[in-house]
Amino acid sequence: MLELLSGFIVELRAAGLPVSLTENLDAMEAITHIPIENRSAFKYALAATLVKNNSHWRAFETVFEVYFSLRGSEYSLGGGGDDLPEITEDDEAPMNPDAGGAGAGGAGEAMSPEQMAEMLFQAMRNGDDGLMRALARQAVTRFAGMEPGRPVGGTYYLYRTLRNLDLDGVLERLMEEAQEQSSSPLTQLEERLERDEFESRIDRMKKEIEAEIRRRLVADRGVEAMAKTLRKPLPEDVDFMHANREELVSLRKAMYPLTRKLAVRLARKRRHGRKGPLDFRATVRQSLSYGGVPADPRFRYPRPSKPEIFVVADISGSVAAFARFTLQLVYAISGQFSRVRSFVFIDGIDEVTRFFEGVEDISVAIHRVNTEADVVWVDGHSDYGHAFEVFWEKYGREISPKTTVLILGDARNNYHASQSWVIKEMSKKARHVYWLNPEPKAYWDTGDSIVSDYGAHTDGVFECRNLRQLEKFVDILE
Amino acid sequence: MDYRFETPADVSTRLRDVDYLSDEAIAGVVFLADRLGKPILVEGPAGTGKTQLAKSVAEILGARLIRLQCYEGLDESKALYEWNYKKQLLRIQAERNSDSSWEDIETDIFSDEFLLTRPLLEAILAEDPVVLLIDEVDRVEVETEALLLEILSDYQVSIPELGTIAARQIPMVFLTSNNTRELSEALKRRCLFLHIDYPDMEREKEIVLTKIPEITESLADQVARIVRSIRQLELKKSPSVSETLDWARTLLLLGVDSVTEADAIETLNILLKYQSDITKASKELQGDSGAKRPGVPRTS
Repeated sequence: MLELLSGFIVELRAAGLPVSLTENLDAMEAITHIPIENRSAFKYALAATLVKNNSHWRAFETVFEVYFSLRGSEYSLGGGGDDLPEITEDDEAPMNPDAGGAGAGGAGEAMSPEQMAEMLFQAMRNGDDGLMRALARQAVTRFAGMEPGRPVGGTYYLYRTLRNLDLDGVLERLMEEAQEQSSSPLTQLEERLERDEFESRIDRMKKEIEAEIRRRLVADRGVEAMAKTLRKPLPEDVDFMHANREELVSLRKAMYPLTRKLAVRLARKRRHGRKGPLDFRATVRQSLSYGGVPADPRFRYPRPSKPEIFVVADISGSVAAFARFTLQLVYAISGQFSRVRSFVFIDGIDEVTRFFEGVEDISVAIHRVNTEADVVWVDGHSDYGHAFEVFWEKYGREISPKTTVLILGDARNNYHASQSWVIKEMSKKARHVYWLNPEPKAYWDTGDSIVSDYGAHTDGVFECRNLRQLEKFVDILE
Repeated sequence: MDYRFETPADVSTRLRDVDYLSDEAIAGVVFLADRLGKPILVEGPAGTGKTQLAKSVAEILGARLIRLQCYEGLDESKALYEWNYKKQLLRIQAERNSDSSWEDIETDIFSDEFLLTRPLLEAILAEDPVVLLIDEVDRVEVETEALLLEILSDYQVSIPELGTIAARQIPMVFLTSNNTRELSEALKRRCLFLHIDYPDMEREKEIVLTKIPEITESLADQVARIVRSIRQLELKKSPSVSETLDWARTLLLLGVDSVTEADAIETLNILLKYQSDITKASKELQGDSGAKRPGVPRTS
């Protein structure tokens, strides 16, 4: 047990969770107090002692499933039925009268695809967890085509299984039936609610299938190998440029609390940062209560000037996601700046401040930026040189000593002229010029990247590949 | 030492008796906190019952709830203890005419009599069972957090003039946080962590039924479903449990027994507090027939 647990903790650390020694000891102590046959209590005991940040929960859950699912019965941790699917299946299938003949032969391989689809439909309609679990197991056996030792990721099997099950079709059928059953046609609202309900059931089914595949993979490859393949970066470490769809969603979710945090932090810094000059009048007045001795000097409230921010972002395909997140972040904390103006470019440049004005929902504005801004000049391949030149011509004189310019991009210029003199002139006029590069540092100045050409004239080039780095950068922004 | 709870299930049933519906995670962590003698750091969106949890636990234990509301600028004289300067001054003045020595006076004015206890010290000194609630701990500055560390790990307070005061009994301690900033590692390490999220539909329905006994089951079901549907949208602020309850009460007052679209849209302002959210939600509720799904990211 101890060994298993320490392996588990090593894996958590490998996944990026900061687990300290004390927390490790706490976890050990915690599990002595809980009834060991209760698997979910066991899980929560570990979670409460080891996971101290909600965004790490998913990573924890994955590792937990790998380490403590198949071994469950062996270590008598898994009281839950999920480790004993055979029994569940035999119990559940005949109990479901609608399943009819299919139910009787449920355990066997003889069930035809049609019967299986029917059972699936029934399980979904009744929200029958036991049957769903049994079906998930069946479906994986039948459709995933898993072979021992084959070096394929779990997603491949998942895809194969889901394609065969056609869950979307099931959803449509469920909806149709719901329509038929009600006496009057469903209103929009009712239909929506029904759909939500069925979708959540289908989601549960998908999770069952995923868990089933994972269980089998663990059995095949062993715990450590499996944990390694499943290891995913934490939301704050996800690379902007290579984030997949799912990761983008989780990034977006992590974004909102982050912006709120930053806004609070910047506001605080402004209030507490410096002490203003001595307030003579208040000091004299205060001294009256000490018999005229100025024992308690008073200072004027500091009013640091708020900077004006110019964001100049490359939104060509490779770095679009990065520009999007940075724009979102800058606008979310725009209250901390006197003004924010934004420009986007590919090979032409366009000011997009207008899209953000009076819009409450930043994502809508960003969508408009991506669809409506006029950024293509010749061929729609990045041309930093031309974009900067035009920028300087059109807006250069509006840069003042109060302006901080943020340039976002990978500086992959497709071998065009760099026109780096623009940046040089810019940094003479502006308060600061910063360059944020979403590429890993090792790739800078390779191929057509000329980030050093520009970087030499700025106040700093920052590698900004994930939320953590972006957050760090905002701190110096003042 | 006697434990307060037998099993996690025991926590759960007793919480239910005082109308607090817990889930496995909540019951499990409260149980462990008791066993390990550790504070619980409760985190989660506003209005999911973080503070209520502490209150309910105090209620089932028959304990006094001592609450420390955190805010920016909280210092030790507000959180721990303070010497009663005025009284001390009076004492010195009163002694002026008699001929007691300065040493006597000094020991005298730094005694319990002149000590003003603040919530943290009060919890440590308490003879009767207490539950200590440190509310919205994320509002204090990082430096002030350090004030809490001694009390959270050793249940003691050091006062230079009096020495170290250790707790007579280990109180249950709850810290709540809205996660407006990252708490320090030192603080997190000393606590058990509990994240309370919006409840799932079943639990929310039960909460509505428990808190508003007059409501019909079908209405509660509908309310919970609609709220779940709304939470799936990308909103500035999702409706919290307390807002769900307010909404259910409103519907009840209006004499609605089955929510139609029109009802829902008219009363949306109780669930949602931003105009842009309300517009978005009402558009979703009446608008498309499911062609565009909520929550699905816009591909750009």
